[in-house]
Amino acid sequence: MLRVVNLSCSRGDKVLFSHVHAELKPGEIIHLRGENGAGKTSLLRLLVGLSTPAAGEILWNDVPITRCRESYLRHLLFLGHQSALKTDLTSIENLRLLSAIDGVALTEDAVTAVLGQFGLWGRERFPVEWLSAGQRRRVLLARLSLQSAKLWVLDEPLNALDVGATELLLRMISDHLAADGMVFMTSHQSLDLPNVRVLTL
Amino acid sequence: MISVMIASLHRDLLLVMRRKSEVLTALFFFVIVTSLFPLGIGSDPGLLRKIAPGVIWVSALLATLLGLQRILASDYADGTLEQMALSPAPLSAIVAGKILAHWLVCGLPLVVLAPVIGLQFDLGGSAVGLVMLTLLLGTPTLSMIGAVGASLTLGARGGGALLSLLVLPLYIPVLIFGAGAVNAQIAGLGAEGHLSLLAALLIFTAVFAPWVAAVSIRISLE
Repeated sequence: MLRVVNLSCSRGDKVLFSHVHAELKPGEIIHLRGENGAGKTSLLRLLVGLSTPAAGEILWNDVPITRCRESYLRHLLFLGHQSALKTDLTSIENLRLLSAIDGVALTEDAVTAVLGQFGLWGRERFPVEWLSAGQRRRVLLARLSLQSAKLWVLDEPLNALDVGATELLLRMISDHLAADGMVFMTSHQSLDLPNVRVLTL
Repeated sequence: MISVMIASLHRDLLLVMRRKSEVLTALFFFVIVTSLFPLGIGSDPGLLRKIAPGVIWVSALLATLLGLQRILASDYADGTLEQMALSPAPLSAIVAGKILAHWLVCGLPLVVLAPVIGLQFDLGGSAVGLVMLTLLLGTPTLSMIGAVGASLTLGARGGGALLSLLVLPLYIPVLIFGAGAVNAQIAGLGAEGHLSLLAALLIFTAVFAPWVAAVSIRISLE
């Protein structure tokens, strides 16, 4: 369970947001909304522990995330604005290496099979450089289903996705929630999912 | 922890294999700079033997500097470093893998090339062996110090120039003891003292550099 208590964030002198509360239990999703520059990405970065809050706490199973870093990160998958894909490497290599750095070994066959499901059949051995923006995004979605993380923190995951891929992602999210997963995501579109809690900054 | 370090090493080596030109640039630089000296100075064997250790070492410093930016800058730009910082494994282990990759690509080849370079300076067999030994002990230290410099200049505008300014002064002890060892042996004084100090520098940086670089990466990611 993830709990955000009285969280504040400032950039220099400017206070981006303050007194944010939220609670995310297994099987729940929070949709974070707000204007451009409201601090959505900053909140997500606080949530995953990349930056430290000006005030407030983030608790994972009632322990501050700074004190249970390893077990928290083991359950977390963060997809940010930047893809973290190496354009010189193929999508298979990218996915295998990213998960190897997380300490998870994936076989080539497993990765190929999942990439196929995401419509990248026959392209899995191309350098990522040759893929379109949407296809690169699909490679990242494949990562979501390959690494069995409990908590997904997604920053604008619907960007650059076509109708088919958007549906696919929404289906993945609802499957993830059905399996007691948790999702914390930002999006400018409204989400066509049951039981979405909206948090507005 | 070791497996994560190997994964990060594997990843960086794979990237280098896909972009061989960057590595070859550093090696060609080393070979060309060291070859220019005999051409420019003329064929006085006594003088060449005298300047050889210094020239080889200065060229090695500059050659390792060429590959330093690549250790972290591109991973920072495309968000990989962010994902690395979110790995449950210690970031310092990942950084250690990256440093090792940099040394295997930019340091080890210099050690292997040293005998060929030594020929141009008319260095004797024992002097060439000692140059190789000092490079073997010294170049990993250069990679370690360089990684700390690279992590400190992450996200800075004009990071490349800043990196050289930051790192080259820190390279001076390695240069002094590396070139000094060969000079001392040629002068008949024995090189053990210099070699011990080079080894001490290597151990010291191997313990602290990955950790310091990891801390500095976390700060620049904030």
